[in-house]
Amino acid sequence: MEAMIGLIAQADAAADAKAANAAIGAGFAYGLAAIGPGIGIGYVAGKAIEAMARQPEAAGMVRTTMFLGIAFTEALALIGFVVFILLGL
Amino acid sequence: MTNTSASAWNTKPTGDAPEVSISLDMVRRGVVVVPVLVIICGVIWGADGAWSAAYATALVLGNFLLSAGIIAAGSRISYAALLSGVLFGYIFRLALIFFAVYIVRDAGWISLPAVGVCIIVTHLGLLIWELKYVALSLAYPGLKPTQP
Repeated sequence: MEAMIGLIAQADAAADAKAANAAIGAGFAYGLAAIGPGIGIGYVAGKAIEAMARQPEAAGMVRTTMFLGIAFTEALALIGFVVFILLGL
Repeated sequence: MTNTSASAWNTKPTGDAPEVSISLDMVRRGVVVVPVLVIICGVIWGADGAWSAAYATALVLGNFLLSAGIIAAGSRISYAALLSGVLFGYIFRLALIFFAVYIVRDAGWISLPAVGVCIIVTHLGLLIWELKYVALSLAYPGLKPTQP
């Protein structure tokens, strides 16, 4: 009987460890996936502001391009998020 | 004595906010796309997939609107506020999407694969669709299509 309880406890511990590892991996995946787009969005916005300051008459065109660039860059973070929800949420 | 020199804190972009009209345009197209996605996900994942597709699409469209709103609000203040809005808005919106999915993760009607697929497909699909029209309107005048 005691051996049986021990086996069940071991199986539970293994399942917990597996779930914990999956959650840690998913968290790292999301965190790392958000860093790149963060840098990219900062670069896009910074350059767009530089362009608007240099050429105010082109601000509308620059802001249009900036908005789309930000949204495309953000797609990378969303892909990381999807990996996160499929792995560990 | 006041400081009258121009800086990123006291100058702001001129003109209208194109990002708001772009995001409204994408939402208009998104509303057309939602039934198609809901049907496709319903066929693949059942009723859960259909509900999840609708939820994910609403998340993406809300994300676009919020992003445009934050940028437009920042640009009415100054260049510095615009940049701050873009960067903090990115973190804020990612957190918002995370919590929006987190609170429904155990709901009976949710299908996480359907949510994930719909988030990526809707986001990229609407952007590429919009890019087609924006690219046409931003083209050098000599390249603009003319009426036949």
